Amino acid sequence: MSDRVLLEGSEAIARAAVAAGCRFFTGYPMTPFTELLEHMAALLPEVDGVCMNAESELEAVGMAWGAATTGHLAATGSTGQGLSLMQESLSEITNARLPLVVFNMARGQGDYFQATRGGGHGDYRHIVLAPMDVPEAVELTRLAFELASQWRTPVMVLGDYYLAHTYQAVSVPSIEGAAPEVPDWALNGSSGGSGSAKIISPLGGGVEGEEGFDLGAHYAACAAHIQEMSAGVEPLVDIGFCEDAELVVAAYGSVGKFVRYACLRLRDAGHRVGYVRPITLWPFPSEAVHNAVAGSTKVAVYEQNMGQMVDDVRLATMGAVPVEFIGGPSWDHSGFGIGPDINVPDISERILEALK
Amino acid sequence: MTDERIYLSTDTPPAEPAVLVDDFTPSLITQANHHLCPGCGEPIAIRAAMEAIEELELAQSTITVFGIGCYTAFAHNLDVEVVQALHGRAPSVATGIKRMLPDGFVVTVQGDGDMVNEGLQEVLHAAARGENITCLLLNNGVFGETGGQMTTTTTLGQRTKTSIEGRDPHQHGHPILLSDLAATMDGAAYVARCAVNNAGNVARTKRYITRAYESQMAGAGFSLVEILTMCPTGWFVDTLEGPDYLQDTLAPVHNIGELKTP
Repeated sequence: MSDRVLLEGSEAIARAAVAAGCRFFTGYPMTPFTELLEHMAALLPEVDGVCMNAESELEAVGMAWGAATTGHLAATGSTGQGLSLMQESLSEITNARLPLVVFNMARGQGDYFQATRGGGHGDYRHIVLAPMDVPEAVELTRLAFELASQWRTPVMVLGDYYLAHTYQAVSVPSIEGAAPEVPDWALNGSSGGSGSAKIISPLGGGVEGEEGFDLGAHYAACAAHIQEMSAGVEPLVDIGFCEDAELVVAAYGSVGKFVRYACLRLRDAGHRVGYVRPITLWPFPSEAVHNAVAGSTKVAVYEQNMGQMVDDVRLATMGAVPVEFIGGPSWDHSGFGIGPDINVPDISERILEALK
Repeated sequence: MTDERIYLSTDTPPAEPAVLVDDFTPSLITQANHHLCPGCGEPIAIRAAMEAIEELELAQSTITVFGIGCYTAFAHNLDVEVVQALHGRAPSVATGIKRMLPDGFVVTVQGDGDMVNEGLQEVLHAAARGENITCLLLNNGVFGETGGQMTTTTTLGQRTKTSIEGRDPHQHGHPILLSDLAATMDGAAYVARCAVNNAGNVARTKRYITRAYESQMAGAGFSLVEILTMCPTGWFVDTLEGPDYLQDTLAPVHNIGELKTP
């Protein structure tokens, strides 16, 4: 590990991605995702990697799809709007069982459903990691590439304007490490002429134990794989002060860091509040949330949207405690998701109101 | 006038079962049986593409990228590596592959709905970038797989299920001549259009595909071969009329010949 250096979130994430072995990146500029693309364009040539200026998000995700079939670690990303354009491919890439890391540097927190419900057509989910700050983003970026390779599936890192543009002192591993070995399933042309050339297809074939082109059988196998991930991926969650809490506040991402700090200050002032901050948004840490709120009388959910994660909190608590939504959309004139309400006094006020 | 069409009698079984002497299947096509319609031109085009790969000894470095259309049925019948892409997206997927495997040989297969309707911007950007890949366009002027609707390459006056009185430029616009458009791109090295409606044209198709492959092998940049294929089912004509319909309807608009050479 190198010493801590002051880096913008986008650069820290780019460095963590290359250090994790990412060798292909592509994207289309869009605030606040743009700087991640710029840093990848600067870094990847240093390790003989490739960064492409895609002509649109449709082409970006297509290029990443192709690069992923070669077994090299590939990533792409955008802002929620650009990710909307990519969803058709992201759904099919999931069914083609390809590893891919997707960054959403979102505007606000309105993309929670897009991220955790699959986002596109069909019946699938992506693993979703939501860091609260730059050091955690570095760690989760490494984990994203690991999980993508392990499960052969797209993994999303869900950030926002604060994460992409905040400078923070952070340790980032050197980008000079070797990339992971290319896996056996990858294509390089060499199985041609053997009588059983490889195929990678969202319609079936190419997955061990699966033969030919049987859509029904393939979709059943894909569904089983999603179930396996749902049970097998370790849910991550940050929990504090819940043992004797009257009120537990749930929040995620950089907004979650504000909420965590507000709870800390309210504790200092003698209020019995605790917090839960889901880090994996899918699989959602339902059991941990359920247990954390078991002794409380109420759960409050703070999100910078009209209320999306609140649904998952309600499903996790199963009616054991009342769940109240205390967040809301918060925008400044730029529309980039910098909310004037995202400040500790405002959040504390809403928490105290919920405590009454 | 005598009726010269061929009729199959189904009243009685054939006297002798047919014996397969030699099916002449190229070695890179593992399963020659397919469910495409009688008279379809796509199997001929796929065959030419595979024979050229074999003859240039490229089988062990080739990755093909398939779009979505009737020809997709061949994706599991080939002895070359295949990536199945979405409708319209094959040139981008091929770009990702080629950039990570510069020594690999990359070929895309798309129809006119796939490449010219849904994927026009992808193929043109790939051409402009001079992406060193070969794109094959199987152009029959209709959406064959969904049963004969108008595509953007449908010629004026051509009747389809969604241009019932014939394609009218005031209502349906004009056809896009994809190869002519691609040939204007500085990054395009080789662009040619051919057809598979008679023996001479099939031989020409094979020749053009070989030249496109050689252009990619030389690292010259983007190459495109557009192949006019028969679709009697989607054209609502008798199977045997397919080749003539192609000659009279598509070929006068989508002109056959080499448009750009390195």
